[in-house]
Amino acid sequence: MKPDTLIEIDHVTFGYDERRSILNDVSLCFARGKVTSILGGSGCGKTTLMRLIAGVHGANSGRVVFDGELVDVHDRDLLYRFRRRLGMLFQFGALFTDLSVYDNVAFPLREMTDLPEPLIHDIVLMKLNAVGLRGAARLKISEVSGGMARRIALARAIALDPELIMYDEPFAGLDLISMGVAAKLIRTLNDVTGATSLVVSHDVPECMGISDHVVLMSSGGRIVAQGTPAELMASTEPEVRQFVRGEPDGPVKFHYPAVEMAEDFGLGARK
Amino acid sequence: MTEWLAVLGARTLAALRGWGRSAIFFVDLLRALPQALRRFDLVVVQMHAIGNRSLVIILASGLAVGFVLALQMYYALVKYGAAESLGLVVNLSLVRELGPVVTALLFAGRAGTSLTAEIGLMKAGEQIAALELMAIDPRARVLAPRFVAGVLSMPLLAILFSAIGIIGAWVVAVGLIGIDAGNFWSIQQSGVDAWRDVGNGVAKSAVFGIICTAVALYQGYETEATPEGVAYATTRTVVTSSLAVLGMDFILTALMFSTL
Repeated sequence: MKPDTLIEIDHVTFGYDERRSILNDVSLCFARGKVTSILGGSGCGKTTLMRLIAGVHGANSGRVVFDGELVDVHDRDLLYRFRRRLGMLFQFGALFTDLSVYDNVAFPLREMTDLPEPLIHDIVLMKLNAVGLRGAARLKISEVSGGMARRIALARAIALDPELIMYDEPFAGLDLISMGVAAKLIRTLNDVTGATSLVVSHDVPECMGISDHVVLMSSGGRIVAQGTPAELMASTEPEVRQFVRGEPDGPVKFHYPAVEMAEDFGLGARK
Repeated sequence: MTEWLAVLGARTLAALRGWGRSAIFFVDLLRALPQALRRFDLVVVQMHAIGNRSLVIILASGLAVGFVLALQMYYALVKYGAAESLGLVVNLSLVRELGPVVTALLFAGRAGTSLTAEIGLMKAGEQIAALELMAIDPRARVLAPRFVAGVLSMPLLAILFSAIGIIGAWVVAVGLIGIDAGNFWSIQQSGVDAWRDVGNGVAKSAVFGIICTAVALYQGYETEATPEGVAYATTRTVVTSSLAVLGMDFILTALMFSTL
């Protein structure tokens, strides 16, 4: 493992059951202090890969290494020690609906530290200010929009200044302004805190604009290509071109495999 | 023949897996109890949600049961010239059996379903996963305080159920039927043993509290994170808790009152 590598995915294979494998022999490295985006179509295993890194699931074979230590899902103490160094933004925020915006951000600080309440107050407002929601501190979660919820979740994820921040579809469902702000925020947070950021998304322009390194995945967790955003944009590989340009025709099929249309509509029987 | 055997084997294995998972869940829950007890403020919040909000249904049911019990017992006892025993019969019926059992059944329907739906929706909304990823054990932070609150609330609710039931019976017996109030209370005082009758009733309700709360939390925690999954889980909570309470009541009654 190179010294600048924070996470190493080493020949990982994973499936929720024996019949269906989601990731097949995936090997990847994520550099320390960089923003890495994992791009790919829906269902290709991006979020699963992120969950494997966080130790939510254990790999069927292969290993996940974080900062030189094996992520072992069976050793809860070790796993929790590792998770204290990690912040995760869930696709739908996963905010606690019985708490206010302020209390959601304060939650990890109150649970994981012995900081006095006045200090927690200042940290929470600073984090909320970073995501532009200091004014919404006293609102209930039911009173905020989906985009705001995502930003609150981001403030909560960075409350303890983690070394690794993982973003699961941070741009999904956001309007163009919020999307631009969110992208800029991810980049700024990474640069200011010196954290390592891992973004799972299928929004090509946003990810290309903020990433240092981009990994393109296809079904089964196959790594189609990886490199800098400029390298991927300049790629002549048909699958890469199709994905980054959003073309309907190419190696990646839009339709789920099916029998001939005539057969499904019963046209063959009329002959 | 082999197919039939394979299906039977698969079902047996699935059932055993389910039993094993629930046993592991219960042991994990017990292990998380010290942490919940150290943060008793979380337990108090849950006691308000589980216990306080069940008060209306418990008190209303207790009063109605007291009314009806007094009437029915009077009709039966008066035939044998034993109407003056009404207070004692009502009291023993309530503190030994009806109080703990009916409270547990109402608890399963009111608080149990609420717990299952809450935990199930927390799971569906990835709040449980978020806790895990914050390195906060959801068993200690979410489940154990609810478990302690349920176990502490149930005996209190059962005592209130029995107390209001006895008051209801007094209203009917003394106010409506005309039984002497002094006789109504004194026969209870002399015939009811605080430890053997009331104490065993409270102990029963504590056991029912463990059953109902553990079942509700398990069903919520293990539910499939979909609207259908949560709906099925709440139904399973009521059915499983009710059957377990009724079965356990028989066992406890046989153990507690067999020498009387």
